[in-house]
Formats: sequence, C-alpha cells, structure tokens
Amino acid sequence: MIAFLIQRLWHAFLVMFVISLISFSIKGSLGDPVRELVGQSVSVEQRNLLREEMGLNDPLPVQYGRFAWDALHGDLGQSYFYSKPTLDVIVEHMPATLELVLCASLIILLFSVPVGVYAAIRPASWLAKTCMGISVVGISVPVFLTAIVLIQLFSIGVHITPFPTDTDWGTWLNELISTDGGLPSFGRGNELVHLFGTWDTGFFSVDGLLHLLLPAASLASIMLPLFIRLIRSEMLEVLQSDYVRFARAKGISPGRIYFLHALKNTMLPVITVGGVQIGTMVAYTILTETVFQWPGMGLMFLEAITRSDIPLIVAYLMVVGLIFVVTNTLVDLVYGLVNPTVKLTGQHA
Amino acid sequence: MSEETSTADLRAQMPGAWARFRKSYLLYSFKRDPVAQLCLLIFIIITIAAFGAPWWAPTDPYDLTGIDIMNSELPPMWLDGGDAAFPLGTDAQGRDLLSTILYGTRVSLLIGFGAVAMQCVLGILFGLLAGYFGGIIDATLMRLADIQLSFSTLMVAILVGAIVKASFGNLMFGQVALILLILIIGIAEWPQIARTVRASVLAERSKEYVDAARVMGFRAPRIMFRHLLPNTLSPIFVIATVQIANAIISEAALSFLGLGMPETQPSLGSLIKSGFDYIQSGAWWITLIPGAVLVVLVLVINLLGDWLRDVMNPRLHKG
Amino acid sequence: MALLDVRQLDVRFSSRGKAVQALRGIDFSLERGERLGIVGESGAGKSVAAFSILNLIAHPGFIAGGEITFDGHHLNRMSERQLRKIRGDRIAMIFQDPMMTLNPVLTLGAQMIECLKAHRRISTREARQIALDKLNLVQIPSPERRLDQYPHELSGGMRQRIIIAIALLLDPDLIIADEPTTALDVTIQAEIMALLTELCDTQNVALMLITHDLGVVSQVTRRTLVMYAGRIIEQGPTREIINDPQHPYTQGLLDALPQMATPGERLNQIPGAMPSLNNIPPGCAFNPRCTFATERCTREVPHFVSTGGTQVACHMVEAMLAKEKAHDTV
Repeated sequence: MIAFLIQRLWHAFLVMFVISLISFSIKGSLGDPVRELVGQSVSVEQRNLLREEMGLNDPLPVQYGRFAWDALHGDLGQSYFYSKPTLDVIVEHMPATLELVLCASLIILLFSVPVGVYAAIRPASWLAKTCMGISVVGISVPVFLTAIVLIQLFSIGVHITPFPTDTDWGTWLNELISTDGGLPSFGRGNELVHLFGTWDTGFFSVDGLLHLLLPAASLASIMLPLFIRLIRSEMLEVLQSDYVRFARAKGISPGRIYFLHALKNTMLPVITVGGVQIGTMVAYTILTETVFQWPGMGLMFLEAITRSDIPLIVAYLMVVGLIFVVTNTLVDLVYGLVNPTVKLTGQHA
Repeated sequence: MSEETSTADLRAQMPGAWARFRKSYLLYSFKRDPVAQLCLLIFIIITIAAFGAPWWAPTDPYDLTGIDIMNSELPPMWLDGGDAAFPLGTDAQGRDLLSTILYGTRVSLLIGFGAVAMQCVLGILFGLLAGYFGGIIDATLMRLADIQLSFSTLMVAILVGAIVKASFGNLMFGQVALILLILIIGIAEWPQIARTVRASVLAERSKEYVDAARVMGFRAPRIMFRHLLPNTLSPIFVIATVQIANAIISEAALSFLGLGMPETQPSLGSLIKSGFDYIQSGAWWITLIPGAVLVVLVLVINLLGDWLRDVMNPRLHKG
Repeated sequence: MALLDVRQLDVRFSSRGKAVQALRGIDFSLERGERLGIVGESGAGKSVAAFSILNLIAHPGFIAGGEITFDGHHLNRMSERQLRKIRGDRIAMIFQDPMMTLNPVLTLGAQMIECLKAHRRISTREARQIALDKLNLVQIPSPERRLDQYPHELSGGMRQRIIIAIALLLDPDLIIADEPTTALDVTIQAEIMALLTELCDTQNVALMLITHDLGVVSQVTRRTLVMYAGRIIEQGPTREIINDPQHPYTQGLLDALPQMATPGERLNQIPGAMPSLNNIPPGCAFNPRCTFATERCTREVPHFVSTGGTQVACHMVEAMLAKEKAHDTV
C-alpha cells in the first residue's frame, strides 16, 4: 500500500511539473508583461531597465525556478483585468462551479447505476433498449445544445398547436405537449446565502436551487449517458465471467449475484473512468457556464481569453491541473482501497 | 519496399480482398441491421448534400453581395411570415439558413475528417514508436497521453485553441481557422489512437513473425509499417469512426465558445452560437435547426461506430 | 432408480439467426456414489452436457429437448427458483479454471458462507464453523486465516481445494467437475484428483468427471462415456474402454497418449480436427477422419451395438459383429 501511495504521489508530482512547464512557456511567449504594465509610451531604455528589474533577462531555468517558487507560495501573478491576484479571482469564482459540478454529479450518480445495471440484467427488454437508445442520442447532443434546448423548453416555453384548438381534447393535447417555461436561465439569482469566505451558496434558497436546475441538468446530460453505457457494458462482461456462473451454480439468489458479485466488480473500472471523466466535466462547465452566464471559473476563463488576460489564463490552467491531479490521485487511492488485489502487489493486477 | 512491388501486390490482392469482403461477417451483419443501413444512408445523404452545396444551395452565404439585411430573422416557410425563397428561414444577417447550413455542414465535416486524419497520423506514429521501442520513448509518450486524457480532449482543445487564438490575433485566426482547428483537434485527440496502436503492437511484437522479420534483417520502419500496422487496423477503424463524431462535436464546442470558425465562414457550431443570441427574441430556428442537423450527423456516426464495435468485438453481445 | 438420468438431451446454440446443435440427443445415467467419466476432444460437447444439467449453459445456448431427471425431479421442467434450490445444495459444480472461478473482490469466507446461507437457515457463526470443517476436509493449512483472505492471495492449487470445499459445503449427492485439473500444474493435478476421488468415496458423493485426459479417467472412474461432435460414441466400464477400445475414435484417443508412443517417434495423432458445430458431416460424424470409413458411414448414423461390456456406435464394429455371428451360426 505504501509503495502504491508513493508511486501515485510521484505521478501526481510529475504531472504538475509538466503543467507548470507548459504554463510557464505560455506566460513567457504570450503577452509582454512590461508592455502590459507601462504601455507603449515608455522608451526602450526604460523598458529594458524594467525588464532587468523584473528578472525577464535572467536565464530561463532561473525564471522558471522563480515562477514555480511563487506558484508554490500561492502567487500566480496579477490579473490584468481585475488588477488583483489571479488566485483570489479564481477562488471567488470557484464556489459557483463547485456547486454546479456537485449537483450534476449527484444527478449522474443517482441515475447511472440503476439504469446501467438494469440494462445489463435485462438487455432484451424494451425499457432497457429505450434507455440505451436515449443514451446514444444523449452522447450525440453537444452539451451547449442541450442547454439551449432546455432553455427553449423550460425557460422560454414552447407553445405549439398541432391539434384543433376549438375542441376540448385538442386543447388538452396541445397543452400536454407545450411547456410553460419560466425557469431561470441566467446566473445564480439574487437569493444566495453567505457561507464563509467567498462562498455564497444557492443550496439554501428556492430561487438558488431553481437557478441551479437547468445548468446542472445540462451538465449532467452529457456525462449521464456515458456512465450508463460504461456501467452496462462492464456489467455485461462481468455477468459472462466464470465467477458469476459459479455463484449461480452455488444456488445464490439473482439479487445477490447482480448487486454484490457483479456490481462490485463492475464498479472497479467505472471508478477509474469516472476519475478521468472529472476532467471532461470541468471542460463542459466552460460550455455550460457560457450558455447560462453562470458566474463560475469556466465563464471567467472564457472571458479571460477574450480579454487576453494571460496571467489569469495561466492561473486557471494551473488550478484546473491541480484539481485534476488531486482528484485522479484520490480516485486511484479509492480504487486501491476497493480492489483487494491492489494492496499486496502495489499495482493493478 | 519499392513502389512497383507494393502496387503489384495490391492488385494481386484486389479480387481476393473483394471476395473476402463479400463473404465477411461485416457485410453479413450490415445486411441484417436496418439501423446500420439507415445510418449509413443518412450519413451519405448529408455528406453529398454538404459537399455539393455550391451546386444546389439556393444562395452562396460567403457572397456578401447577395445578402439583404432586410431579410434578417425570417422564420421557416411553414410558419407565419415565412418566405418560400428561404425554406428554413434566415439568420440575423439575412442569410438563407438552408444554404448556410449546407455550407456549414461541409465545414464541420471537413474539420471532422481532417482532424481524425491528423490524429491518426500522430496516433499511429507515436503508438508504433512507443510500442516498438518501449523504454524511455514509451514512458514519455504514454505519460504525455495520460496527462492529455486526464485533462480530457475537449479541455486540451479549448486550451490549445485559446493559446493559438491569443497568439494569432482575431483576424489572422479567422483566415486560417479551418487548418488551425484541424491541427488543434488533431493534437488534442491523438492519445486515444496512440494507446490502441501501442496495445496492439505490444500484443503483436511478442509473436514469432516479428522476431522472424527482425532476424531476417528488416529495419524497424519496415517491421512497424508492413508487419505491425496491418494488425492494428481494425481497432483503429472502430475508434476513428467514433472520433469523427467527437471531432465534429469538439469543433462545434470550440466554435460555440468563439474559438472556432468565424461567422463569415460558419460551421454548424458557429451557426448555433450566432443563433443563440436571438433565441430569447423567439427566433429559435437560427440555432435549433443547425443544432438538429449537428445532432443527426453525430448520432448516425456514433451509431455506425457502435455497430462496428459490436461486429468487430463479438464478445460483447448486444443481447 | 438412478440418481441422475439423462434422456435424448438436445442442446442448441443460436448463432446468426440459426440454431446449431451442440448435443444431438445423448442418453446416460448415474447411480448414487458412482463415478462417471465423460471424455472427448474440446468441442465434443462434454462441457455443454455438464452445464446443461443445472441449466447453466451460457447465452445463446438453450436446452431444446430431452429429459433430465435427478432423484425424481425433472430438472429441465423446473422453474429457475426451484432449480436454485438444487444448485449448490444437491448438485455442486467444480469449474475448470480456479483462477477465474472465485470472485476476486469477495473474501473466501464470504463466498463460502453465502452458499450455506442461501440453502439453510443458519447463523453466520454456524456457517463459519461448517466452512472451517470443510476447509479441514480438503487439507488447507490454517483454515481460520483463509476465510478472511481474497482469492488472489492463494495459489491455483489452493484455490481449487477451496472450490472443492465449497462444492462439499452442503453435502451434495452429485458433484459435476468440468476439467477440474486442466488449468493446474502437472504436479498438483494428481494431488487434487486424488483428493477429489477420496472425498467422493468417504462422503458417498457421485461424481461426473468431464475431461479430455483418458489417463485421469482410468484412475478415477468406473464407467466412461466417449463423446464426439455432440454424440456419445462409446460407453461402458472404464477398464474395458481403456484396455479394449472398439470405436476407431477411442482407439485413436488412446494411441495419442504419450505413453503409447514409441520413444523417438512422433505421437500417433488422429489426423484432421473435430468438425465445427455448424458443419458436422452427415452419417457418422467421425467418418472424414476415420481410416476404416466406408460409403455407409457417410450416409447413415450408426446405432449402439453391444460388444461384451461396452456399447459402441460404429458401422465397422457392427459389421464385424454380424460377421462373427454369421460365422458362429455356420
């Protein structure tokens, strides 16, 4: 277990090193910090003096050392636009994104396991086939399009009248297939509850939760089908294994076979893939937050791009990289705890 | 490995290959799967419609002189206020939506196929190198692939897109956006294919025929491309199909974020983006019709990919 | 009455929309405490026969016809729920590969105790005690510790002992063992086989042993069936089949044993290979590989004829017998 832990931590360190190298080179090659500081009007001599002072003429390894040292001490530079430390800007925007991701993860967790397991146990049933059909469509709809459709349906509302409006049944059917809209589709609302520090939460007010509804559903819509498909195919494979057949030969009840013998083995690869998917989720927050003008890190990042706020872009890259590395390492550790074959060997068996 | 012998080989194989294809399980299950048939049909129709756009699109959306701003935001012809000259309505600049969608689909398909070609080149090259040589080359390449994958391909594409756009500037980026997007998505998504190639190479490398080839004095590139690569083709084929769908979605996402095709040369993604600004005013068609086309296109490719995977890996039965 | 009686068992696999026959109507029976061997090359249908008794054939296989009677119960007419009461309790199974048979994420104790609890209303403590007893029976060192271990912590031979212990947990009447030693090291094979035989003897359990190894069969079983392409082609007392095989296929199998070969020469392999299920030749399925095949063999399916102790389905043997008979009467 200790060897396993050290190996994982070494991996994490390596990844962070690569990310910091990339960030450093972006910072160095894009945008001239001197010009950003003083503008065009300053003479060449003065500018060179400033460069010398800021250490921009030092050899690259020295500059990188300084960059890494500062980063380790929580200093990722000043944002051009906000004129304050980039880390502060990111921390301000973080709670909104975290709440969104948390909500979406809950939705995914709640639905993917039962649907995936059911589709594997009864692959021929019409319900399973319907679910799998919907999931194929689900992974084919880009997340921003889902978001737009949800806005059209539940925020703007859809009123169509394919049935005659002058009859009772027609009106009833028309209303059945029309939606009222009215759900908020913009921002987090005004009724946020202050938790601590920069964390204002939308979890404790109806308005806050309503605002969360559409963005979280959009974000979940892309990952949910992926997880359903993954759980189903892993479970199908496990159900064909010898140990499941042996459990049946022992006369164990189907419930116990499905939910203990098979599910536990199914979840092992799902945990690993789930960890990787966290990265995808962060990427999708950028899209979701753009559509819903959700004031989180993703929207902040996109605005930083349009404003060419290089330090903020670099800081975002570093922070997101750190989030990935931490979650991946955690996922690996959880995998090691759940999978008995990892403990002794120190590697995946 | 002279040119003549290889083409002669190929010609000698041709009838055999065709006969084998006719008897293959691939064709057999295709004939029995109406979903796969329908998907291929729709895909072919969309592709022909898109690439033939200059011949049958009602107007040329790239030609600014043919556009009248007075025609902006007209609804599709079956709604009140629609105009038969614009079957699917017009966008905010007065461009005929049908023509714009046809041209936009062409751009999306070009980028999709280009990006997959790009990632195949990178993925096959890196995968072969990593699998064949092992050691430090393998470790470096695969660690890089791990990092990229843990960031997710979309994230990498967004980051690379952001950096490229920042360094090119808006105007320059717009002019070469098509090429740049192919490069960006290709760079972002090579690890998938590289991993598959590497895994197959590792499985094949231990087999005797590779040793035999090495003992006979064949050089590494020949062993890699003539002996190892053919064995990895069928998994690459399956993955590449799904990757086309992914590349099209990635391009749409980048365009939607403003990191992709400019509005003067729209792809499906940038059409959806430009329409999104008008959805609150009720002009849903500008964004939802291209959206529907995008979904159908991606869906049929995904379904074909699923079908291929099931056929080529029959162990995972659909049940 | 026989403990297990199988009549005209017909098992098919659906593939590409067609059903191919894996078992083409086989008959056999097994007495209490008897040990029966089923022999044949891979693909002969031995494992299918083993798994179909408890209706555990993997999808897309299914029992298309026939009758399986176990101690008065018609197994093939039972519901899944009724059948579950028989599985593990009255009939236990031992699988081929001990590395794949145990669930990797559950402790050995959990996998033993769940089996007891599925069939008996007993406390975990009692179940644990029974599990320990059985582990002692299969001579596992420090059984107390094993219960909390995971399968991967044990060697293949140890795992197969555990699996035998699981099979014995509920004192079954019949154990069906599908190639129980093929996946093990040669040195351990004999050990495990001896253990299994001894336990079946002392516990008075009937054993149905599926194997391709005639050597194993000769040491363990009293009666043997030889299968080829979904049919039984020769059956009888093991000793007679080994000493005086009648069917050309059985002769070929015995000739192919390493101890039958002259040192320095090649093994006497049967030419050709077992036909695939969807391409079984008409008549006697063995005819393309048989050196004695006549035109009749390609046309007519041979029926069983008795030659002393054994029964053989072969036209050549039948003709020889007829000739002898004619000779005798003359």
